[in-house]
Amino acid sequence: MLDAYQFVIQHPKMLAGWVVDHLCISLVAIIIGTVLGVTLGIFITGKGRQQIAEVVLYFAEIMMTVPSLALFGLLMILLGSLGFSAIGFLPAVIALIVYGQLPILRNTYTAIRQVDPAMIEAGRGMGMSERQLLLRIRLPLALPVIMAGLRNAMVLIIGIGTIAALIGAGGLGVPIFRGLRNARTDLIIIGGVSVSALALLVDGLMALFERLITPKGLRE
Amino acid sequence: MIRLEKVTKIYPDGTEAVGGVSFEVQKGELCVLLGPSGCGKTTTMKMINRLISATSGKIYIDGTDNTSIDENELRRNIGYAIQDIGLFPHMTVAENIGTVPALKGWSKVKRRKRAKELLELLRMHPDVFIDKYPRELSGGQRQRVGVARALGGDPPIMLMDEPFGAIDPITRVELQNEFLKIQQEIRKTIIFVTHDIYEAIKMGHRIALMKEGHLVQYAPPADLLYRPKDEFVADFAGADRGLKGLQLIRTEDVMWKSPPAAKPDEDVKAARKRMEQEGIDWLVVIDDEGRFAGWAVSSDLEGGRKVKEIMNTSALTAPSANATLSEALSVMLTSGLNVLAIVDQDNRLEGVLTFQAIQDALRETAQEASVRMRRITPLREESP
Repeated sequence: MLDAYQFVIQHPKMLAGWVVDHLCISLVAIIIGTVLGVTLGIFITGKGRQQIAEVVLYFAEIMMTVPSLALFGLLMILLGSLGFSAIGFLPAVIALIVYGQLPILRNTYTAIRQVDPAMIEAGRGMGMSERQLLLRIRLPLALPVIMAGLRNAMVLIIGIGTIAALIGAGGLGVPIFRGLRNARTDLIIIGGVSVSALALLVDGLMALFERLITPKGLRE
Repeated sequence: MIRLEKVTKIYPDGTEAVGGVSFEVQKGELCVLLGPSGCGKTTTMKMINRLISATSGKIYIDGTDNTSIDENELRRNIGYAIQDIGLFPHMTVAENIGTVPALKGWSKVKRRKRAKELLELLRMHPDVFIDKYPRELSGGQRQRVGVARALGGDPPIMLMDEPFGAIDPITRVELQNEFLKIQQEIRKTIIFVTHDIYEAIKMGHRIALMKEGHLVQYAPPADLLYRPKDEFVADFAGADRGLKGLQLIRTEDVMWKSPPAAKPDEDVKAARKRMEQEGIDWLVVIDDEGRFAGWAVSSDLEGGRKVKEIMNTSALTAPSANATLSEALSVMLTSGLNVLAIVDQDNRLEGVLTFQAIQDALRETAQEASVRMRRITPLREESP
């Protein structure tokens, strides 16, 4: 414990570098993941897309069960064969996007489907088009649950992000794996604690953001 | 204004929800669709704004086939009010009321102005309520906003699906009375769905009584009560349908608007003389501002010299001349007198209702219904 403390005091820049790398990868992944997941989530709630929805959600669930290490490995091979860089930032971000999809998709899908049918009928009965129903009724009412999914995905991404270090993308996985190889408990502690702290911090910030964008009438 | 011609709805699984329903609603009339649950009344209503598509038959709105109008355009011109659950919780009162105006592209300023107008119409203080969210309102207030929202785009036609369904009986009666008053001003053509026969009798110019998807009788409420077409209608109207007739009559139509009155400072002898002249055993006592003060009853006249010494001040009063006779009678029975003072919000006397007047009004209504029915459909000749 003391060792870890001394290391941080002596090499603050090193730690800062890992944190920044980690955050970068995670943020890029969550932003792209949100756009993808929410769009797809909205799409599969559409009329007559029940079967597509089942397939998509099933697929997202399967992706979650693939061990993260294996996914990173598979992506390296796949990207390499397509002529992209097989190590570093790109495969790491792609893998994290994939992992974030399930909570985002599932929450978006359920949230929109759970909107009270009476509300939808009221909107439709007053002459709203499907698009207006989505933008004025469904999305605002689904927002809190969608946000919960995003927070879930973010915590997941920050956690799994440690493995990105193994394919050369940097981040807080670096001290952890270095510690494991060299029997340096202090490095393991620094990496582990930082990842947890980062996840908690980002989750807290997102909770704040959630409060900000939740329609006033829906706040507790 | 609204005409249904043999409208039928058959669901894909073969269930016939509505079968060959035809009726016509005149401009400015309130037509109640009444019947037990599952009788097809809501389905019928929803076919008018095409929330449900008719399997066959035609619905004309102002002579135009409603399937020839773009469905969103059609719905924006037909007000739609449902139970309070339909208010959008993420929108303020102003935004809720402004829903249709927003869809019609009105400016924000104009929408807010409209919301204010409508809140005033429904007797809700705009400054207090306009920026509140539905969860900050009571059930009755929500229902008022629901009605205001249906009126938002000033549509000529309104569909109301049990709009006063989810509130306590007292607030419901209040809202019904107010809505009737408002309707006298705005004169919308209204289709009103309810399963409550009391509400139907009270609100409707005409009632369409439905059973298992079919229209059983389409008639003014008095005819439904006093000239039921068949067993089903009579049963639905109930054994107490004579009493239900009280719902048909407004207190103000029956009350004595300038009843014999006395002042508190008046001499008892003068009061007795007036009673004898009028042939009654009571005088209503009103103060100088016209407020109801109490009753001077002939049997108490010996008790003092001035009217104020002998008057009965504990009698109940009934607010709102707009209430039905049924509501007024119930107060009269509780108060134990056979006269009832009708007062406004400031306790100013609007009139006096006597038990005799109630009886007369009830008998007349029943007779009128019979006479009118005979005029419209000649009675079948009885077989010898």
